[in-house]
Amino acid sequence: MLGVVRGGVILAEKRAIVINENDNVATLIADVTAGEIVLVSREDKEENMTVTQDIKFGHKFAIKPIAIGEEIIKYSEVIGRATAPISVGEHAHVHNIESMRGRGDIKEA
Amino acid sequence: MAEFLGYKREDGRVGIRNYVGVMSSVTCANSVVQKITEQVEGTLPIMHREGCAQIGVDYEQTVRTLVGLGSHPNLASVLVVGWGCENVLANELAAKIAELKKPVEWFIVQDSGGLLKSIEKGSVIAQRMAREASVLRREPVDLSELVIALQCGGSDTTSGIAANPAVGVMSDMVVKEGGSVILAETTEIIGAEHILARRAVNEEVGNDLIRIVKRFEENAKQMGVDIRGSQPTAGNIAMGLTSIEEKSLGAVMKAGTTPLQEVLEYAFRPTKKGLLVMDTPGRDPESITGMFAAGAQTLVVTTGRGIPTGSMLVPTLKLTGNPKAQKISEEIMDIDASVIVEGKKTIEQVGQELFEEVLAVASGKKTKAEILGLDELSILRAGPTM
Repeated sequence: MLGVVRGGVILAEKRAIVINENDNVATLIADVTAGEIVLVSREDKEENMTVTQDIKFGHKFAIKPIAIGEEIIKYSEVIGRATAPISVGEHAHVHNIESMRGRGDIKEA
Repeated sequence: MAEFLGYKREDGRVGIRNYVGVMSSVTCANSVVQKITEQVEGTLPIMHREGCAQIGVDYEQTVRTLVGLGSHPNLASVLVVGWGCENVLANELAAKIAELKKPVEWFIVQDSGGLLKSIEKGSVIAQRMAREASVLRREPVDLSELVIALQCGGSDTTSGIAANPAVGVMSDMVVKEGGSVILAETTEIIGAEHILARRAVNEEVGNDLIRIVKRFEENAKQMGVDIRGSQPTAGNIAMGLTSIEEKSLGAVMKAGTTPLQEVLEYAFRPTKKGLLVMDTPGRDPESITGMFAAGAQTLVVTTGRGIPTGSMLVPTLKLTGNPKAQKISEEIMDIDASVIVEGKKTIEQVGQELFEEVLAVASGKKTKAEILGLDELSILRAGPTM
């Protein structure tokens, strides 16, 4: 589903927000289906990106390729670590990210 | 300088409401308190589940919280009702409240002829106190007298994008005018403590912040469990929040950008003005009660999913950044922050609106939660029941 035309480019109607330029995930503010194009807004630029899965409002997807063990960055801060590789456009949530804090289940080295 | 219309109290603090509080010293006295406040207009019940079979730091925390609530600036005066066999004593609470210059009276049900006679006795006392309170008038006071409690509940990913940053704009405006805001919920500082610590006015305050976060995290670890069992909550996760770090980074946006002045233990009164942090758990009733006991006159709550948190003692404003929750729960949202994600208004515009609404509420405008009678209060326990 495509929306407004700006500067000769058709911009997608559904939006996702990138809070800081260092972030490797975007937050969707619409429900989207696999293959859909969304408008990813950053502070100074907007670009179309394709999501590769059905993803719900408020959930995140990767905007850069993320390797297993790599830190997930949002607000320019670490929000967790990838437990599986995450490709661009893929849903990034508890199934492929783990928290690194308050983990009484992990013995510290 | 910004001003509001408030009630100047003998202790130098300023109230934004003018109730006669009727407070139980123990859970057993709640029924008497309830009946008195149903009978006497102008009174407000302050009831809880504690007051008996408590020891050590747990006993001290309950007493400190009740004294803080009983001496609250939004009360003109307070009547403390005890049952008679508890260890949190009505006369001791009353003595501590009197020391803090709040007009206070007390009685014990077992010494007053039992439950029914106590309802009559208490109603007569409360009626007299309500008449005395009714002659007090609002006067213009400086915004620097305002202490605003901040809380989030039922968070989602819009909380960190819209509602919490808008509250942050308001916090900065309040602090710039000399007022105070209290950020609480230590659970929701985990993963964002470094951001607040580097804004501390000095090393000691920064270390205080790191210490309370570490203590909280250690408590969770000592249980040998993963904090993810409860934080983020199942509801948070369903709405897209992945980790406690992500939730915290969004939550601390409420604090704005000013220096951190002081870190308070649960239910202690601030000694500084500006941005303050209080060590409380994430769960709303216990967290907000700690900030009420510290003397916060109003509470701002952000929510993603839409929660009913409110207080009659401390008028509560609510806002959500989630368009769906705004639509479903409009009757309990005072400010619409969902326009931020819809691109209709900026974070700054909504923050400004919230600031103006807070000042209006401080001067007497009722909040939606207040009009609907939403009222939560719960004292945080610090030990086992004996």
